[in-house]
Amino acid sequence: MKTLAMPFRLAADGDRTHQGAIVLLLLVLLLVAACLVSLGSGPTGVGLSELWAYLTGNTASLSDQERVVLEAVRLPRTALGLLVGAGLAVSGAMMQGLFRNPLADPGIVGVTSGAGLFAVIAIVLGGTVLAPLSALFGSYFLPLMAFFGGLLNTWLLYVIATRDGQTSTTALILSGIAIGAFAAAFMGLLIFMADDRQLRDITFWSLGSLGGATSGRVLSILPFIVLVMAIIPFVARGLDALVLGDAAAFHMGIPVQRLKKIVIVAVAAACGSTVAVAGSIGFVGIVVPHLLRLVMGPSHRFLLPGSALGGGALLLIADSVARTVAAPAELPIGVITALFGAPVFLFLLLGRRGGLGMRDAP
Amino acid sequence: MISAEQITVTRDGRNLVDNISIELKPGQFTVVIGPNGAGKSTLMKAISGEMEPDRGTVTYHGTDVRLYKPADLARRRAVLPQAIQLAFPFTALEIVRMGAVAQGALNPTEQARQALSRVGLRGFESRPYFSLSGGEQQRVQFARALAQVPHPVADGLPRALFLDEPTASLDIGHQIAVLEIARDFASAGGAVLAILHDLNLAAEFADHLVVLNHGRVVAEGPCLETVNDGIIASVYGIAGAVGRLPAEHIPYVLPQSRER
Repeated sequence: MKTLAMPFRLAADGDRTHQGAIVLLLLVLLLVAACLVSLGSGPTGVGLSELWAYLTGNTASLSDQERVVLEAVRLPRTALGLLVGAGLAVSGAMMQGLFRNPLADPGIVGVTSGAGLFAVIAIVLGGTVLAPLSALFGSYFLPLMAFFGGLLNTWLLYVIATRDGQTSTTALILSGIAIGAFAAAFMGLLIFMADDRQLRDITFWSLGSLGGATSGRVLSILPFIVLVMAIIPFVARGLDALVLGDAAAFHMGIPVQRLKKIVIVAVAAACGSTVAVAGSIGFVGIVVPHLLRLVMGPSHRFLLPGSALGGGALLLIADSVARTVAAPAELPIGVITALFGAPVFLFLLLGRRGGLGMRDAP
Repeated sequence: MISAEQITVTRDGRNLVDNISIELKPGQFTVVIGPNGAGKSTLMKAISGEMEPDRGTVTYHGTDVRLYKPADLARRRAVLPQAIQLAFPFTALEIVRMGAVAQGALNPTEQARQALSRVGLRGFESRPYFSLSGGEQQRVQFARALAQVPHPVADGLPRALFLDEPTASLDIGHQIAVLEIARDFASAGGAVLAILHDLNLAAEFADHLVVLNHGRVVAEGPCLETVNDGIIASVYGIAGAVGRLPAEHIPYVLPQSRER
């Protein structure tokens, strides 16, 4: 585990500041590459050369159809993938810091299902009981509902699984199962009430996909993700200190309760809004921060921005794979992230020498 | 500089701290001793601002501790808690650096290095915290507290160091080393409050000794007045052990009699 936790130590003097900065730079490059791959791949045969022509302003060589594919299909999809991936990975990293537990992931602990449940409630009841709210918030209604679902869920989870500032892994995962089961049951009830069009929407949500990307959807989650990214500099130092415990963080000048409230709202905003536009895409929130801790260390100064970049890149790559392996058909992106993420999660569990209970009573 | 006036902390109907008044003065090394459950840690939590007393007030430089922002309090006092475990692989340097950042250091990394070498952990900078032994972890945490208040007096105001069992899990050499750093901190004008279990160390290092039992102050003052057969017997239930040599077949090691 020791060697696993720190496979390469560029910094023999214990200071990983430069290492963190270098990894951030590499992640920016990776993200740019992932954006190009995402813009350049798909079933229509508009490839990198057409993309290059488009980006360099040489639009005359493109047919109208090619331009429409790039502007109306690829661009919103890439933007959506970027925002969703960044949101998922950052909410995972923040949640792990809040719960002081590397296994906390919005998907695994049930926050995604809570947000999804509220999204489905918005779809099914948006035309009837909740119609006034739906009319008031317009395209923000769905992400707002998912945000409140996520908020309620994260707060519940914190109350249930945390005692005296310590979070039990077992309690976290068990309450995740319970909340997931409750959400599934309630969703079953809603499916029973839903009409055909709503049913299609619900199925889409439960599988997770970037397929419905439109510029409207991109705009509807943009404020949420921007908000979450904007608070990163203000919570990073606090989350670092929180790793030492509530008391030690307070001794080091962190307003602990306020920090926790901010982080809970941020997690719910990032997780809820992404669920609202792309359904439940699992494991991004656990895989990205975990891999990044291996190469840049656990300090949130680098981990949070790194997760945003890495999450965006990972999701764009996964989406490109989902669109191309079975072209012209499309795999659900959740399948790709789970195929990659579930083994990493198991590996994480194995690496904890005492198994699940090891850090239950630190 | 820091005073607690008639503070009482009640939990589940019991007074963990019962009407205690105590003053920490600059230049003074105050040591709290007492049996398990005497209320030592609770008293320290109340004075450090971590826990609000149910009755009474704690003031720093005449101002109620509740009026301080956590960040301002962090520049006036540092706290060494009992053992801390981590879920994430921070290095020793990164842990100590957090203390330097809390103090607003311009070059926190450099200050963290200095604090590590002060506690004898030069060369441990890149070691993952969880790969260190219990005693080494304790010293890393001590270095973090030192990095948070690197100067006993700054901006004309004395700083305070709170140490909750700083010698737990340390060997005798490092116990003395840690307490000597704390004493230097006090003699340079800072205030130190330490909880100790080792009465010999307490007797050697304390300028002012406070004996707690059942949440109350049983005795306080210079060690010569407080460490006597009567008090030790009433608090710990061990009679006739002060200032007497053990039977001839038992060797003994007293830190006070070491060569200096």
